[in-house]
Amino acid sequence: MNKPINQSGWKPGTPVASDGSAHPTVTGNKALMLEEPLIFESGGADICGVDLPETPTDLPSRLGAFARKDAIGLPGLSEPQTVRHYTRLSRQNYGIDLGFFPLGSCTMKHNPRLNEKVARMPGFADVHPMQPTDTVQGALGVMNELAHWLITLTGMHGVAMSPKAGAHGELCGILCIRAALEARGDARKVVLVPESAHGTNPATAAFAGYSTEDIPATAEGRVDLEALKARLGPDVAAVMITNPNTCGLFERDLKEISDAVHAAGGFVYCDGANFNAIMGRVKPGDLGVDAMHINLHKTFSTPHGGGGPGSGPVVLSEALSPFGPLPFTAKTADGYVHLVEEENAQEYDHVQAFGRMTAFHGQMGMFTRALTYILSHGADGLRQAAGDAVLNANYILRQLESDLDAPFAASGPCMHEALFSDAGFAEGFSTLDLAKGLIDEGFHPMTVYFPLVVHGAMLVEPTETEAKSGIDQFIMAMRSLAERAKAGDAALKSAPHHAPRARLDEAQAARNPRLTWSAPDET
Amino acid sequence: MRYLPLTEADRTEMLSVIGAPSVDALFSDVPSDLYLEGPITGLPLHASEMAVEKHMRRLAGQNLAASDAAFFLGAGAYKHHVPATVDHLIQRGEFLTAYTPYQPEIAQGTLQILFEFQTQVARLYGCAVANASMYDGSTACWEAVAMAARVTRKKRHVLSGALHPHYAEVVRTMAKFTEDEIAGASVSLTALPDDDGLIARIDANTASVVVQYPDILGRIPDLQKIADAAHAHGAKLIVVNTEPVALGALEAPGHLGADIVVGEGQSIGVGLQFGGPYLGLFAITDPKLVRQMPGRLCGETVDANGKRGFVLTLSTREQHIRREKATSNICTNSGLCALAFSIHMTLLGEKGLTGLAAENHRLACIAADRLAKVPGVTVLNAQFFNEFTLLVEGDARQIVRDLAAQNILAGVSLARLFPDGDARGLLVAVTETTTLEDIETLAAALEEMLS
Repeated sequence: MNKPINQSGWKPGTPVASDGSAHPTVTGNKALMLEEPLIFESGGADICGVDLPETPTDLPSRLGAFARKDAIGLPGLSEPQTVRHYTRLSRQNYGIDLGFFPLGSCTMKHNPRLNEKVARMPGFADVHPMQPTDTVQGALGVMNELAHWLITLTGMHGVAMSPKAGAHGELCGILCIRAALEARGDARKVVLVPESAHGTNPATAAFAGYSTEDIPATAEGRVDLEALKARLGPDVAAVMITNPNTCGLFERDLKEISDAVHAAGGFVYCDGANFNAIMGRVKPGDLGVDAMHINLHKTFSTPHGGGGPGSGPVVLSEALSPFGPLPFTAKTADGYVHLVEEENAQEYDHVQAFGRMTAFHGQMGMFTRALTYILSHGADGLRQAAGDAVLNANYILRQLESDLDAPFAASGPCMHEALFSDAGFAEGFSTLDLAKGLIDEGFHPMTVYFPLVVHGAMLVEPTETEAKSGIDQFIMAMRSLAERAKAGDAALKSAPHHAPRARLDEAQAARNPRLTWSAPDET
Repeated sequence: MRYLPLTEADRTEMLSVIGAPSVDALFSDVPSDLYLEGPITGLPLHASEMAVEKHMRRLAGQNLAASDAAFFLGAGAYKHHVPATVDHLIQRGEFLTAYTPYQPEIAQGTLQILFEFQTQVARLYGCAVANASMYDGSTACWEAVAMAARVTRKKRHVLSGALHPHYAEVVRTMAKFTEDEIAGASVSLTALPDDDGLIARIDANTASVVVQYPDILGRIPDLQKIADAAHAHGAKLIVVNTEPVALGALEAPGHLGADIVVGEGQSIGVGLQFGGPYLGLFAITDPKLVRQMPGRLCGETVDANGKRGFVLTLSTREQHIRREKATSNICTNSGLCALAFSIHMTLLGEKGLTGLAAENHRLACIAADRLAKVPGVTVLNAQFFNEFTLLVEGDARQIVRDLAAQNILAGVSLARLFPDGDARGLLVAVTETTTLEDIETLAAALEEMLS
């Protein structure tokens, strides 16, 4: 695993004669853009950025025979070096704070700093999950208040709060469905998933012990109702549908689909990743949905943090609520919120729960942020946010439909995302080239090559966060890039030219995986 | 609404470009009888920053913060001092508001840190490869069990009775659906862990043996002995660690025969946060099994100009490529918590982590010795790192509740952790944040209560 990938051996700090640019510097730095070595190259075992009390070395040990004998190999940095290391690295990242981040299906909206302030209040940040219940009534109160909002916004019956992220929520919902089916002695084996679904959907169904089958789509980008109805039967446990779907369209027939699934004895799982488009506009419960996860890190603005943490509470219909996993919160007649765990489930009549998804009770730090966000917007603001998100996406769709192929432009208004493809680009040019060109123009690229049902898909989700001026600038950049891709501009093929790195060799990384650092003489 | 930048004039102009009469008209695909014409009634309307902060502060005030009490809780979540630098750096917008690094040219910050994080975790655990994080320790534990089943093509898993009961419960829950067989045991209150009893339960059908180190009672199992027995039966040894600071003092599991090492990283950089978000750590000792690992991996590569850079790699294991054949359905992980862990670990370095571990152990020894002197209290453990089990003459769960009224958070009762837990059992954790005064406060309060 240790063959050198980095043939030149260049690393930050090594003098360079030329970096191929017009005005090379000897350090490789470019003014405000500073190259930064790895901590293993800059740190040392005897450097420490914290002050610890002097612990006497001759203390009695209760570690038995298991005391560590060898060094761990962890480099340290002093506090000022640490601040610089991470600050320099941060500047090689794009974030929503910096600019437009139209990553489809990811809902990259503004992350209000009030939410961060609230999450850091000692009463939330400095509380242990197993403190006596009397000492955490405020924390349980947050869970209860958020649960109330989620249930009301979705028109559902209950909510399981513990899932850690969207995919974990999907798993929770599908397991509730399986538990409900098993409770009635019904061993169904198949989950139907549209071709356009997120990859997590079929992976989740498989983990829950189901085989999956594709549901075909119509030419206009929606679930094929007749084909779906024809496939329903006594072996189908559930249908997993994303609404709005990943083509950016509202599933018009969802109510009819739900009725048909229920009539055939199955359940409807809705992937709630795109709930931002419809919050306050329509309730999934009214559409016959039995379970839906809500990505608090999308719709309710808890920060993505470079890949997580997320939070994926699952709202459940009355039929599925009894099976919601422990721990579970419920407000009872005495006005207090109680945490239902194994030992008191009987007392609260929550005895059919299918089990436990995680230690403790979910992503409290995300609950406080999401509730703060929701209270800031209120019922009117959330409804308006959905409207603005949909308005922005339709504006982009109509402004660009004559510059780029928009496969479902004729299918009516889009929801919160506009879908384009690379049809019509010059030979050898594809979606990737346009995406990398957007980087040079100062934008984060849209989601590329997803959904899989569209060749060379580009899924643009502006969210409600973007001002019209920002969107107009994006449209201008997209028109220019579309023109260059159609004309076969060679410079686009090697974009980005102005990012901290040029295109990275992903094939090499996979062929010869180097996943941890080792000193050059160890390779 | 302060977060919505469009003006009414913008909206009107944009609608005219679209050719729609109103925003409501854009929702024409929603069945008209189900479309909500106005804000949902019964819910509050938008509120100012000041009003929302006030509301949330009131809720926060209804909790007893750990720092406002003499605090001794652990059981998988530990109170450690997190340097101010950590929280400052993770709030830089470039980290906080970035997405998963799918566009590596403008995500080298996140990617280089993940590469550093993976290396730190691998070294801490004594492993060859670590991934870029899981949700938390309990879900990482299940993922390890699932991986062991894939690798061994067997489905029976032997769980130590002294595995954190929430972790065991997560494994049991998932196993019901994947049809893996879970062989559990109840925890026995003995001074040393029952390694021989665990070993006796391993057979030729065993895919994995899951053991916690230190265990839920704070005891330290003999990993090498268990590993040898597991390997003799063709089983994988999964070691679970819920307190990474312990590994500054204890031998790394990967050096004692573990095949998969998983754990909770919360102690380093993350904070208590009432249970989440936390940080799942996942590492393996045999690099040949890397394609069976769950979760994201970051790897080194070069860019088109030959400069070193980093990318997410081996993604053919993952759900967005492999769909129903993926090694896990995980997508979003604990990126920002991994960053916090990595920053804190960089501030500590070798010297800081070993020093921190020594200080934790020193204070825990003092606390154990002092509490052992309380009439009616016995210290169960022969060995421990920073957490140990007391047996008290009384109902420990009620004692914990009663002491909370005196601003003493005395620990986690075994009855709270295990549905059939021994009422006398009380887990007590001591860290560098515990003062000698706190220890005396707890001891004196127990003396009064048990007298």
